Amino acid sequence: MAHGHTNTEARAAHPQASALKTGLLLTLLALLLAAPFFLYPIFLMKLLCFALFAAAFNLLLGYTGLLSFGHAAFFGGAAYFTGHAVKVWGFPPELGILLGMAGAAVLGLVMGLIAIRRQGIYFAMITLALSQMFFFFCVQSSFTHGEDGLQSIPRGHLFGFINLSDTTNMYFFVLAVFLIGMALIWRIVNSPFGMILKSIRENENRAISLGYSVARYKLAAFVMSATLTGMAGGLKALVFQFATLTDVTWQMSGEVILMTLLGGIGTLIGPVFGAGIVVTLQNYLATSDFPVTIITGVVFMACVLLFRRGLVGEFYASRIGRSLGFNPEK
Amino acid sequence: MAPLLNVAGLQAWYGESHVLHGVDLHVNEGEMICILGRNGMGKTTTLRSIMGILRKRTGQISFAGQDMMNVPLHKTAKAGLGFVPEERGIFATLTVEENLMLPPVVAPGGMTVREIYTLFPNLEERRSSPGTKLSGGEQQMLAMARILRTGAKCLLLDEPTEGLAPVIIQRIGEVLVELKKRGMTVVLVEQNFRFASKVADRFYLMDHGEMVAEFPVGELPQRMDMLNTVLGV
Amino acid sequence: MTMIFGIPVQALMGQLLVGLINGSFYALLSLGLAVIFGLLRVINFAHGAQYMLGAFVALLLATHGGIGYWPALILAPLIVGLFGAVIERTMLSRLYSLDPLYGLLFTFGLALTIEGTFRYFFGASGSPYAAPPSLGGGVNLGFMFLPVYRGWVVVASLVVCLGIWLLIEKTKLGAYLRAATENPTLVQSFGVNVPLLLTLTYGLGAGLAGFAGVLAAPVYQVSPLMGSNLIIIVFAVVVIGGMGSILGAIVTGYLLGIAEGLTKVFYPEASNIVVFVIMAIVLILRPAGLFGKDV
Repeated sequence: MAHGHTNTEARAAHPQASALKTGLLLTLLALLLAAPFFLYPIFLMKLLCFALFAAAFNLLLGYTGLLSFGHAAFFGGAAYFTGHAVKVWGFPPELGILLGMAGAAVLGLVMGLIAIRRQGIYFAMITLALSQMFFFFCVQSSFTHGEDGLQSIPRGHLFGFINLSDTTNMYFFVLAVFLIGMALIWRIVNSPFGMILKSIRENENRAISLGYSVARYKLAAFVMSATLTGMAGGLKALVFQFATLTDVTWQMSGEVILMTLLGGIGTLIGPVFGAGIVVTLQNYLATSDFPVTIITGVVFMACVLLFRRGLVGEFYASRIGRSLGFNPEK
Repeated sequence: MAPLLNVAGLQAWYGESHVLHGVDLHVNEGEMICILGRNGMGKTTTLRSIMGILRKRTGQISFAGQDMMNVPLHKTAKAGLGFVPEERGIFATLTVEENLMLPPVVAPGGMTVREIYTLFPNLEERRSSPGTKLSGGEQQMLAMARILRTGAKCLLLDEPTEGLAPVIIQRIGEVLVELKKRGMTVVLVEQNFRFASKVADRFYLMDHGEMVAEFPVGELPQRMDMLNTVLGV
Repeated sequence: MTMIFGIPVQALMGQLLVGLINGSFYALLSLGLAVIFGLLRVINFAHGAQYMLGAFVALLLATHGGIGYWPALILAPLIVGLFGAVIERTMLSRLYSLDPLYGLLFTFGLALTIEGTFRYFFGASGSPYAAPPSLGGGVNLGFMFLPVYRGWVVVASLVVCLGIWLLIEKTKLGAYLRAATENPTLVQSFGVNVPLLLTLTYGLGAGLAGFAGVLAAPVYQVSPLMGSNLIIIVFAVVVIGGMGSILGAIVTGYLLGIAEGLTKVFYPEASNIVVFVIMAIVLILRPAGLFGKDV
């Protein structure tokens, strides 16, 4: 998406912003470390899973310009893979997540190979259709247990000796995985590879004429995004100890788009905030009978019509953001 | 008598780039003027700004006594302005006849389909073929013909001879002479001033987004040196 | 009993009919999507919701206004079309200068809002809507029993598809539409009110979805989610056909409905996904789609 992008990377010209960002990140980290002593750990863990999911999705939308409408397949798919590996094959949790990621990567490779044959709006429709196909596969296949889902997945012992049934242990495990995932995303975005992705987003034809094999870069970005999404999905299966069809529905694909759009497409921290808001809202509304869908839909329309940069992006572009040295790309 | 079309201090922008820096020109009713200039000097932009296709513009444009600056694009034609773009704009998914009949009639006094087919017999022969299957010259004829049908009072004609064979150019010249006889007002943009000198009454020379000279056709011989310099012929 | 490939003729014909009915809805819906996309460059994600709206308007007209099927078949598409036109004029039209993906996201949000609202007020379960008595019963064709209403669905959708095709290919309004699809600015400079044309086109597309919804009401249950899964299949249909061609959208719709019906006979497990599988194969062999001109 060529509009309303903002750049989170601190510029050398703005040491102020850089210092501010480091400060903010450290504060955030401190909050996350202290949070389980004040808030429900399950809620926090859910939030971190979705934050990682949204950040992984944003790697594709925000930094490569590809809108996937089928990321639920990787999220929910990995949840099934991890759940199955841990429950049926007795894998330890860390291997279970790695297997979930591998599964999501393979799914991503297959879907990506088909979907990158078309651009833009077609890409979105094709990923949506392929993930719907995966949904029907999950409905019918036996290892997913269909409508019942995969239940009572054991959390197991991390590295064989840290008992993850303990909520505090589990929280810090989730936080560690989240931080690893975010660090990987940060690394990818700021690598030469990430720069090429951005140049594809800005002007695909120019990237082609510069001699880049655009299709291969897109596919690589797609697979990386799917793999990191799988990380979040596998983690979620361990947190909740179940994997169900909900996570492979198209509604889930829509939710992650909303989180990213709301927080700020193409900002590193935006999707994390977006996920935080959406998850909090869902938790809050879960007790009322007012359908979340209506709110989701209205927020979607409002974001598209009124603030396409998302909350974080709008802040960067605002006068306060600018005066602090956050510079929107355009 | 007040000119039919009057443009004063017209400035225009494509995005951030400032293309017209204050264009002044006027055209009297029934007159044919020609804007000369090299590529990229703002000739096409002038026509697009007058027509209202390019909206990022300031200055004054009045046509038949009406201020055109705030008239929306789909009402410019109703005021009596007709535009024939450089790329001709023939529609591939429409037949020749559909292309011809597409622009709504805006005023009485336009040519009838019969008259058009008499003037351009090729178009009648190929009336059911897709518009873009016509040759370049035929497409130019069609682009002009469809505006002539609408009863527009003033024709904005962008490089009608570009890329065409001499025999076709001659034919277009004949058509313009015929239009003049009928009292049509024409703003012609041309690089080919030998062609323009046969039909135009008056010339504007454009350079870097401004009119740098204005002279009647009779002064053309005295102006040749300046033309050669500015046009880089 | 007569058999074909080891399948009783009656079962085969029955599934073919089901396929043809589904195909009728695919054709109507993908036609609307293609018309909207052609001119507005917007993928109308709310198409499924507008289809559901059509069915609901018919249902509400019947329960609250005592208005029957035939008037509803005209009224409901008009109401849904008007609703679409208002949405286009007030909101969607602000997005044309942006990346087309924003149009998709906006209409996705619209679909969620409409479906959520109806679920809130009417619950997730479906309500039956009776076919008009004049279309009740069935005919024995010898090799199968054809319920009259189902035959009517196929005929009505064929007639409407053909009518829209003629409207676009053979009328003055259609010529404006085709020309504006190619070069909206030039058409507007001719004095055609292109913004109005865009509003009408979106209204027409939404109205078509509403019409399909009324047609579907007696066949399926009227429920808030009846359109949301359908729209994804229709997206696949549109990808297979390629959006460049109106006729392509119609033909692909019917063909895929029939392919789905046949799959139900020969390999029922795959009937849910056959359209998506075909889409994947077409993308690999012919990325532009069967009738597509754009790559």
